Parts: sequence; C-alpha cells; structure tokens
Amino acid sequence: MDTSSLDGNATAGALGDLFAFDVTIALTTCATCHDRRAVAELRAYLEAPGIVLRCASCGAVQLRLVRSSERAWLDLRGIQVLETRATSS
Amino acid sequence: MRWLVATVAETVPETPGAVTLRLDVPDWPGHRAGQHVDVRLTAEDGYSAQRSYSIASPPGADRLELTVERIDDGEVSPYLTTVADVSDQFELRGPIGGWFVWDGDDPTPVLLVAGGSGVVPLMAILRHHVASESTAAMQLVYSARTLGDVIYRKELEALTGPHRAVFLTLTRESSPDWAGHQGRVDSALLAEVGWPPSVRSHCYVCGPTPFVESVADALVGLGHEPGRVKTERFGPTGG
Repeated sequence: MDTSSLDGNATAGALGDLFAFDVTIALTTCATCHDRRAVAELRAYLEAPGIVLRCASCGAVQLRLVRSSERAWLDLRGIQVLETRATSS
Repeated sequence: MRWLVATVAETVPETPGAVTLRLDVPDWPGHRAGQHVDVRLTAEDGYSAQRSYSIASPPGADRLELTVERIDDGEVSPYLTTVADVSDQFELRGPIGGWFVWDGDDPTPVLLVAGGSGVVPLMAILRHHVASESTAAMQLVYSARTLGDVIYRKELEALTGPHRAVFLTLTRESSPDWAGHQGRVDSALLAEVGWPPSVRSHCYVCGPTPFVESVADALVGLGHEPGRVKTERFGPTGG
C-alpha cells in the first residue's frame, strides 16, 4: 500500500477555486477500473508540480490540476462519470 | 473562496509539539465539525506557502481554533507553533471540505479513531456533540506515542459521560504512570473496545496515511460497511 499520498480531502481548497460546488463530496467512476467513490477518498499527490488524484482502487490517474498565477489546467480524462447531488432549482 | 485575515487572540500549548491558536476572524462564515482551513503565509519578498489545518473548535464557537503540530522541516507549522503570538496576523480561507464532517442531527452511533494529531477534527466533532447535547452514542479511540503527546488530555478525561466514551492507547509509553492500554490500534483492539459492526455506526478515521490505511482496513475486515468508514489522511506534506 502506498503510504506517501494524502487523500482528496486535502484538495478541497484548490478544487473549490474551479467548481461551483464542493467537488470532494461528488462521486467519480474511474475510467480505468470503474471503481465508484467520493473524490475525498481518492489518493492525492500534492508534491508534484500540481495536484494529482489517483483511483484508490487501481491507482490510475483520475484528475490533474496545474495552475499558474493566471490560468488553471484541469485534466479529467481519467474520470468516466462525475456524479453529484442535483440541487432543485 | 476569499482569503480572510486571522488575528491570533491566544496561544495554548497542548503538547511539546502542538499548539492551539485561538483566532479572531472577522467575517468567518461558520463551519461544520470536521472541516479544515487553508493557511497562507507570505514573506516580504512575495514567496508564499500554503497548508491545510483542521478546525478544532465546534460550530458556533466564539473563536476559530486550529491545533497545529510542528513539523520540524515544514514551511508553515514552525511559524504557527513557535513564532506566532498574540495579535499576529496571517491569511486563511475556509471552511473547506464537506466530506469528513458530522452535523449532530443524526442519532446513529459514531466511532471516531484518531492517530496523533488526527484527533483535531475529531475533537471538533466531540465538542459539537457536547455543545449540541446530542444523544447519539459516540466513542473515540485515540492512539498517541506517549502520555505527553496526548492532545486535549484533560478535556478528554472530562468528556466521558452517558453518551460519550474515550479510549486511549499509547504506542511508546513505558512510564509507570500509565496503567492504560499500550499498543497500536489494530483489529484486536477495535474488536475489543469499538462498536461491533452490527451497530452500523458511522466511523471517522483521521491520522497519518499509514495509520488511516491500517485502521480502515481493520474496520472493514471486522465487518463495518466500507461506505460507513470515512477517512482523512495527513502527512509530512501538511507541514
């Protein structure tokens, strides 16, 4: 078991800059192994030049976020489905 | 999310390595028990460092409290634990994180398992349990290295009551002063002192990554539903 990573809870602040809702409570379906769980429970690697979230089941990269002072690049190709609670309007 | 200015109102040493900062934060929007904040320190030359810290105070408390453990080669925690003094200011933003939270309106029993300073967000939950007069049964299993490393020791001793229980285990204590349990939080200990899976309790596990991995595995191995075991990891990158 990899013990150097944190988890998605630690990325709530950075992702909160990009999403209009708390994405850590959303569920992802891994594009690689189809494991479905909360973003908060994904493995987080914060020491890379950016943020990497990996599947807690198969280890595949689900999300990458790189920021400069003026722009952000969000790569979500490792997520097949992002599932969130619908708010009534 | 907006950065807010926090002013240190009081510093409380908890252990040789951990300090509680009581903060005045104008415009603090309120928080849920278990959430954290991002703290940002900026040097005069513009270099800035940012770390996450769990909130120790319950929702509705007069002041926002952070308990910070010093990581000796860290960039932020040495300042917060040894330099920051009353009336000093720094930036923070929050509250952050809606996953590892307990709101107090659920009567389901709660099992909290803490390793080291992982007790901080769980203390916010326990304090909220007290303040909201919750009758949900709640127990804390807390592992620290030595008696001197136990954060909130006196308060925890006073917390035991009809709906609350605190169980402490020490992993490196050999003092004759300690007659309690020694050893790590493992499957045998959780089976002995924790709720059985049949209670269908909510479980919150917080600590260093290896601790969280092994406790979460042990809980699931004992029969707790994976979906009821919430985890929060911290590590050296949190320094």
